[in-house]
Amino acid sequence: MSTVIPAAVAFASRRPPSMASNTFCIARRELRDALKSRWFVLYTLAFVVLGLAVSFVSAAGTGGTGFSGFGRTTAGLVNLILLVVPLMALTAGAATIASDRERGMLAYLLSQPVSPVEVLLGKYIGLGASLLAAISLGLGACALILSWRGGVSSPQTILWLAGLSFVLALGMLSVGVMISSLTRRASAAVGVAIFVWLTLVFGSDLALMAGAVALHLRINELFALALLNPLQVFKMWSLHAIDANLDVLGPAGLYAVEEYGRSLHAIFAASLTTWIAIPLVVSSIVLARKSPL
Amino acid sequence: MITITNLIMRFGRTPAVDDVSLSLDQGDAVALWGSNGAGKTTLIRCVLGLLRYRGTITVGGIDVRRNGKAARMLIGYVPQELGFYDELRVDSAICYFARLKGITNISPAVSLQGVGLAGNGGKRVRELSGGMKQRLALAIALLGDPPILVLDEVTASLDALGRHEFVGLLRQLTGSGRTLLFASHRLEEVRSLARRVAVLERGRLLRIDDCARFAPDAQHAAVLHLHLSADTRVPAIRALAAGGFSPTLNGTGILVPVSAEHKAAPFRILAEAQIAVDNFEVDAADHSSAPPVTGDRRRESSTPSDCEVTQ
Repeated sequence: MSTVIPAAVAFASRRPPSMASNTFCIARRELRDALKSRWFVLYTLAFVVLGLAVSFVSAAGTGGTGFSGFGRTTAGLVNLILLVVPLMALTAGAATIASDRERGMLAYLLSQPVSPVEVLLGKYIGLGASLLAAISLGLGACALILSWRGGVSSPQTILWLAGLSFVLALGMLSVGVMISSLTRRASAAVGVAIFVWLTLVFGSDLALMAGAVALHLRINELFALALLNPLQVFKMWSLHAIDANLDVLGPAGLYAVEEYGRSLHAIFAASLTTWIAIPLVVSSIVLARKSPL
Repeated sequence: MITITNLIMRFGRTPAVDDVSLSLDQGDAVALWGSNGAGKTTLIRCVLGLLRYRGTITVGGIDVRRNGKAARMLIGYVPQELGFYDELRVDSAICYFARLKGITNISPAVSLQGVGLAGNGGKRVRELSGGMKQRLALAIALLGDPPILVLDEVTASLDALGRHEFVGLLRQLTGSGRTLLFASHRLEEVRSLARRVAVLERGRLLRIDDCARFAPDAQHAAVLHLHLSADTRVPAIRALAAGGFSPTLNGTGILVPVSAEHKAAPFRILAEAQIAVDNFEVDAADHSSAPPVTGDRRRESSTPSDCEVTQ
């Protein structure tokens, strides 16, 4: 057993900051940096502009009656979110740790009385908050336009969309951070993140269709495979939350509602929670074991 | 204050630190001396708990592996070059790291004054010169007045004047019972700051000398620090390597170990390659790189050191 040297005791009597304190400190720094960064401004601007375009076009298409329940606007917004939010979250997450590692900041941070888990959580929470701000701005602007054009009959719809978008963003951010923790260079991490985004947005749909045809997948197998893709889960969950049925998804949607009914919310929540938790756990293990250099 | 016992750290199969044991008492000042790849920086990173290692390291009696966070509370660390949040204001940087060290009542102005950066609190970090960034790193290291300072070749990227000023500042700050562990390849730095010198080679601790008796190997007669424009550094390294030297990149240019009778040879080689040298310095007995090889590829014979081996 080691003996604590008295000279150090006086200094060390000031205990290291708690995990919560360090995490909050790093999160606040990360949030400030993110809000000032170009990616945040560009993505938020793109999200707002495209969201407004979708809202205008959809509201015009419904003859100025606005939307109620699941309509053209919701479909447009869901598709917009499916494209923009995962890209935003994946790239933000992918850049964070790798770029700090690249410029020596990660090693410097970890040479302070800070643990790798605190760095990870701080960065995750800070970036998560910045994504929440971007989503709120984007969908908030859409809600304002829609209420001005025709009156949003269901503010609940926008709230569901915002909430689910945030959960999707947290899942994708988690994947991005995992990529970042595994990669040495920020450019490589962002490249991998974009590849993952392309795979999830386009590749998995095509693979699912090809698999259904080639392997004669049954409907329950198709549904189970769809649950593996967080973007599909977001789509199904938002449609289910807003309209309570999944007819628009075809036989797989009908099967899901008939088979699981009310427990679909729990199934979707479990799937997205897994997408948040597992990459974060992997990142924390990697950060604790891998050199920060 | 710092006890390192049978420290082993490998990168893959290559041992970076090989069975090193070293102990620093309170107020001790130990320089880690050795060529590039000797294991100086790796040893420091192990002390900070940044790398996984075998063996035991305790700081103030606290096991670094088990409780790295508490151990790092006792250490102020200055790296070779500060990779910082460039957009952060200097005083915000001080406050940020103070919070991470659990210090709430901090005056950035006082901290900055202590390292000769008074009046720079409102600047962005990117606006600071290399020397000023190192001073900022030192101000951060000194937050909370830690009993141990760990420095990793802190003057490597500074010019001669910046180096002189920085070492002077360190001398003022380290004479107050603070324990100092630092890596350096500059003899004047070692003589200014250290009480003992731990000589490392290929990860092994060769000996620990009393600083007054320390003399580096005679084969390391001098090191030329050639200041070159960024685009000519790689061609210069190629030309010098082809001429039998072992140059390395370093901050503002390249370092070329030379023997006493071949100090001018690198200039001739660079002139033939039409590479302009902006400026140069000659450091005596420097360990910044591999042992020197002369222009005609003869390796200098080493003279055994008469330093006392205390390992």
